[in-house]
Amino acid sequence: MSGERVSRPEPAELDDADRRIVNRLQEGLPLCERPYAFVAAELALSEGELLYRLERLLEAGVLSRFGPMYHAERLGGGLTLAALAVPEADYERVIAAVNAFPEVAHNYRREHRLNMWFVLATETPQRIGEVIAAIEAATGLAVFNMPKQEEFHVRLHLPV
Amino acid sequence: MTRLSSHLLPPQARTASLRLRALLERGLPLTERPWRALAEQCGMSEGEVLAWVERWQQQGMIKRLGLVVRHHALGIRANAMVVWDLPDEHVSEVGRRLAAEPAVTLCYRRRRQPPEWPYNLFCMIHGSHRERVLAALDEIVGRHGLQGIPRRVLFSHKAYKQCGGRYTHEEEP
Repeated sequence: MSGERVSRPEPAELDDADRRIVNRLQEGLPLCERPYAFVAAELALSEGELLYRLERLLEAGVLSRFGPMYHAERLGGGLTLAALAVPEADYERVIAAVNAFPEVAHNYRREHRLNMWFVLATETPQRIGEVIAAIEAATGLAVFNMPKQEEFHVRLHLPV
Repeated sequence: MTRLSSHLLPPQARTASLRLRALLERGLPLTERPWRALAEQCGMSEGEVLAWVERWQQQGMIKRLGLVVRHHALGIRANAMVVWDLPDEHVSEVGRRLAAEPAVTLCYRRRRQPPEWPYNLFCMIHGSHRERVLAALDEIVGRHGLQGIPRRVLFSHKAYKQCGGRYTHEEEP
């Protein structure tokens, strides 16, 4: 990204089998006793090779984890996308204030007058409003609250 | 809205299912029988673990048992949130069509905040660099005849806080 000066390792090299594994497993694992054997058979790999490659991809940092993607709303929680228009001179102060809230899950800087975007995840739907009010009080800025109204399902999360 | 009525369960089962959920948050083990490994850790049988996870999936509390890829390690340096101002009567149809595009990784209809923010459809497009993301977007605009629809492309600069909260989210928006 422009403006970023961090030394990070070069991207991992994925071969064709790795790519097929990553693409297939983003769709999710089947619910059965031996899910890796099931997927390996689909990809014409042995179960052992699939597990070995997955371990390698985890170690290389390409994959972070296997796990459930929860629907916060169905768990009884609240979830929304929120944005702030932060004056440039205040950006660092506002970042610190916003990130101090445990309900803030991701915080990205984006190129727009609304230049700070974050996800709020709360234990209950009502709590979203309370946290937004608290963020407004802590930052002195108006929070734009953009809850999801409809989700359109993508088949793959990120084709590689 | 179906919720797991765990208050109807004996306390033992309630505790075990909560432990299972906590273990799942940390991820599925990379072993031949991952569910059995989890079952041993929370005092259930393998069949009970599978039944719980199946129930949570059917109730929609778990969307997917997937893997989470790290963009940076894959050489993905450009992440764009593309937002569109669509007439309300077209937004669902266009949303479904954009979601079917391989380059689009997330697609949501969200509440507008006029006048500052008139956009009601949000999608994410990722790529190795900006030019590639913008080229993919041009193709999508052409394919679906969206030239006349107001849109903005908001590239993200830096993830300031990227730790999961209580839940595993896929990325924003």
